[in-house]
Amino acid sequence: MDATERAARPPRTGIFTGWRLAAFGIALLTVVPLAVVLSAFFSPEREVWQHLADNVLPGLLANTFRLTLGVGMGVTLLGVSLAWLTAACDFPGRKFFSWALLLPLAVPAYVTAFVFVAWFDFTGPVQTWLRAAFGSSGWFPGIRSGGGAALVMTLALYPYVYLLARNAFLTQGRRALEAAQSLGHSRSEGFFRVALPMARPWIAGGLMLALMETLADFGTVAVFNYDTFTTAIYKTWFGLFSLTGASQLASILVLLVFGLILLEQLTRSRMRYTQAGRHSQAERIRLAGARGWAAAAFASAVFLAAFALPVAQLAAWTAQVAVRDLDERYLGFLGHSLSLGGIAAALTLAAALVLAYAQRRHNDPATRIMVRVATLGYAVPGPVLAVGIVIPLAYLDNQLAAAGKLLFGQNPGLLLQGTLLVMLPAYLTRFLAVGFNPVESSMQRITRSLDEAARTFGVTGVAMLRRVHLPMLRGGLFSAAALVFVDVMKEMPITLMTRPFGWDTLAVRIFEMTSEGEWERAALPSIALVAAGLLPIALLLRHTEK
Amino acid sequence: MMNTHPQCHAHLPGATMLELNGLSLAYGRQPVVNRLSFRLKQGDIGCLLGPSGCGKTTVLRAIAGFEPVAAGEILIDGNPVAGPGFSLPPENRRVGMVFQDYALFPHLSVARNVGFGLKGWTVPEQAERVRQLLEMVGLPDTGQKYPHELSGGQQQRVALARALAPCPSLLLLDEPFSSLDVALRERLGQEVREILKAQNITALLVTHDQYEAFAIADEIGVMQGGELRQWDSAYNLYHRPANRFVADFIGEGVLLPGTVLSAGGVETELGVLAGGIPEACRAGSVVDVLLRPDDIVHDDASLLRARVAHKAFRGADILYTLQLPSGAKAFSLVPSHHDHAIGEPIGICLSANHVVTFPR
Repeated sequence: MDATERAARPPRTGIFTGWRLAAFGIALLTVVPLAVVLSAFFSPEREVWQHLADNVLPGLLANTFRLTLGVGMGVTLLGVSLAWLTAACDFPGRKFFSWALLLPLAVPAYVTAFVFVAWFDFTGPVQTWLRAAFGSSGWFPGIRSGGGAALVMTLALYPYVYLLARNAFLTQGRRALEAAQSLGHSRSEGFFRVALPMARPWIAGGLMLALMETLADFGTVAVFNYDTFTTAIYKTWFGLFSLTGASQLASILVLLVFGLILLEQLTRSRMRYTQAGRHSQAERIRLAGARGWAAAAFASAVFLAAFALPVAQLAAWTAQVAVRDLDERYLGFLGHSLSLGGIAAALTLAAALVLAYAQRRHNDPATRIMVRVATLGYAVPGPVLAVGIVIPLAYLDNQLAAAGKLLFGQNPGLLLQGTLLVMLPAYLTRFLAVGFNPVESSMQRITRSLDEAARTFGVTGVAMLRRVHLPMLRGGLFSAAALVFVDVMKEMPITLMTRPFGWDTLAVRIFEMTSEGEWERAALPSIALVAAGLLPIALLLRHTEK
Repeated sequence: MMNTHPQCHAHLPGATMLELNGLSLAYGRQPVVNRLSFRLKQGDIGCLLGPSGCGKTTVLRAIAGFEPVAAGEILIDGNPVAGPGFSLPPENRRVGMVFQDYALFPHLSVARNVGFGLKGWTVPEQAERVRQLLEMVGLPDTGQKYPHELSGGQQQRVALARALAPCPSLLLLDEPFSSLDVALRERLGQEVREILKAQNITALLVTHDQYEAFAIADEIGVMQGGELRQWDSAYNLYHRPANRFVADFIGEGVLLPGTVLSAGGVETELGVLAGGIPEACRAGSVVDVLLRPDDIVHDDASLLRARVAHKAFRGADILYTLQLPSGAKAFSLVPSHHDHAIGEPIGICLSANHVVTFPR
């Protein structure tokens, strides 16, 4: 909208200011926990800080660095090579792999993790077989290591890079490559000189998402006993009972995440220009004979390792324990997961709608910044949010307790902590971006002239909402609800740290069972999560595949 | 522009730079182009013209090496580059291509786009060649810019410079002006022709716009349904179309029935036209006679009258659609100060110095 158009419209009053106010409130939900956590960084408590700096931090930083480096290289290699093969080449099974390679997104990394540990640990089938065959398995690399965690997280997170890089390769068309060929460069030269550099912003975007997931991961590193900031926050809080120490660790993690966000913003701004010409459907590079089968073997290996074999293993274990474990307690876990997912999805949808309408009504920098801030939570690891929300609520609880004592002469106990009031805002903040993006993109299709067209027919207010807006938003709202619902079900650290007493979910059950090495019994809740995780992938495929 | 680089050697004047012999192309089992043959001499600009889906772009892409050949062969600079079962990779054909959407590399500056094909040139040679070409296309100061910072017409010129940089034996242009607006299209078309002629470059253009073809090309092949219907100069395509399709596709005009006279010539309801009649048409046989809008002139003194059925003002001229006494339609191009109302009868007479007929 240009300045003259804005000037021509009458100033907005009344209800419209309400949208912005509501958006401000939602943004506060993200700002407050971050501010609380960051204040711990800027005003450290000496003793706690000294202890952390001497004993904990160096190891955590080294571990985090090694893990992000390993995962970063792994997801880039896997994601880009598979995207190129399925987007630009032709080989046996390409059509199947182009969607099947997204399926690992349905398996939470912590589930793949415990399956791999079960397979490759000292007592697992692989090393047992090696000992039987060669007498020793001492040379076999330990799976409970940074390398093991990086391997599993690579297998779980490469689809982010794959999805975005594939999109880039598909939309850049074959024209650019043909141009390179007509200028005397072979196809492989063309890939490295043209296709890859043109896709770089997308690859970087996918990589950033994968790295944010890596920094936010709790369940996987917990399975591998590989300490990073998330597990350290948990142990400091629930092992050492030091919320202060936890918040100081959280503040450092937040700074790392902010670094990533800055990088991501940089890559995003470059994406706009990096598209050559129009979308063109051209013939694929046919990989004939052995090269084609090598490509198929590579894609199969990734698909088997990241999805098919772990899921098959889960199914096999489930069959063993289902008789014993498929009881009322299990139904309780399932019920809690479903109802938390449902409540959080409804809350998130409402908040996403408020933000989308605020942005539609007020196209000014202030509103845009509020929306950006409100949706920043996707990058903030769950343990950080948990700490950042519990600290102010604990303070409020204390104030209430003091007030209660003063007024009624007795302590009312903890009113806020240990209720859904901690958990739901944390979910909302963490997954608002997931819900907001689909709502916003369908909101953008409702153009101002559509509103005006409706108004010329006398359709206004609630009638317009019912007859124009809701039907057009329905697809976006549904996608948003499904994505948030599944993400909340899979969420582990927030649930673990802030759940009210008795609110154990599937994810919590998996954490407890894997902590004790009971892989078979962790399989039953895992299967349910994988099944739920397939839902958003089905949505994704419907939108991307033709 | 002379360049001393060994890649930029001069070609023999009059040499055949492109030759297609019975070229057939297919998408899978679906035949797309059927037994196409033509040749282009050094320095000539050819054009494949036809409605969309006629296979012209497929021919261009086969010459560049992006489509396999089902039958026949393609020779560039006297060397076979493609035939059934064999195909030189595109990068070894020394063919430059300007793509419909330009396909400029968005991640590279203009200078690096233009220099992209200069493989085996030293860095100073490359810089000099890039400078030469940007100057040639009239964009000397854009080297450091990026494609998205240029207008459509400028991007077009950069694409041309990039394609010409490695001194290709042949330049291919795929609908090069279709994404520009009409005014720019004409100006750039002329500019491109001047550049190609000045550099003595052999080029083949593909378009569906006959005026673009007329403006740029020396020789034009009209294609329909995967077949070449006529390969000729613009003048001949208009005035001596070889068949009904070309007569209909090129320019405006109508076919009026006429009777072949024994003395030569053909009689229509507008009078007798003299000229060569195909031998197959015996005296007395009925033929269709092609009448262009400029073959029928307005003459107030003429006894022959036709009613104005429709008129289109074109500035200097008005194109009248006339209803002849028999009820048939005909076009007449009339200087625009002769402004007549629709329904009004006006005097016309024939002014054709040759006759084009098609047997019925």
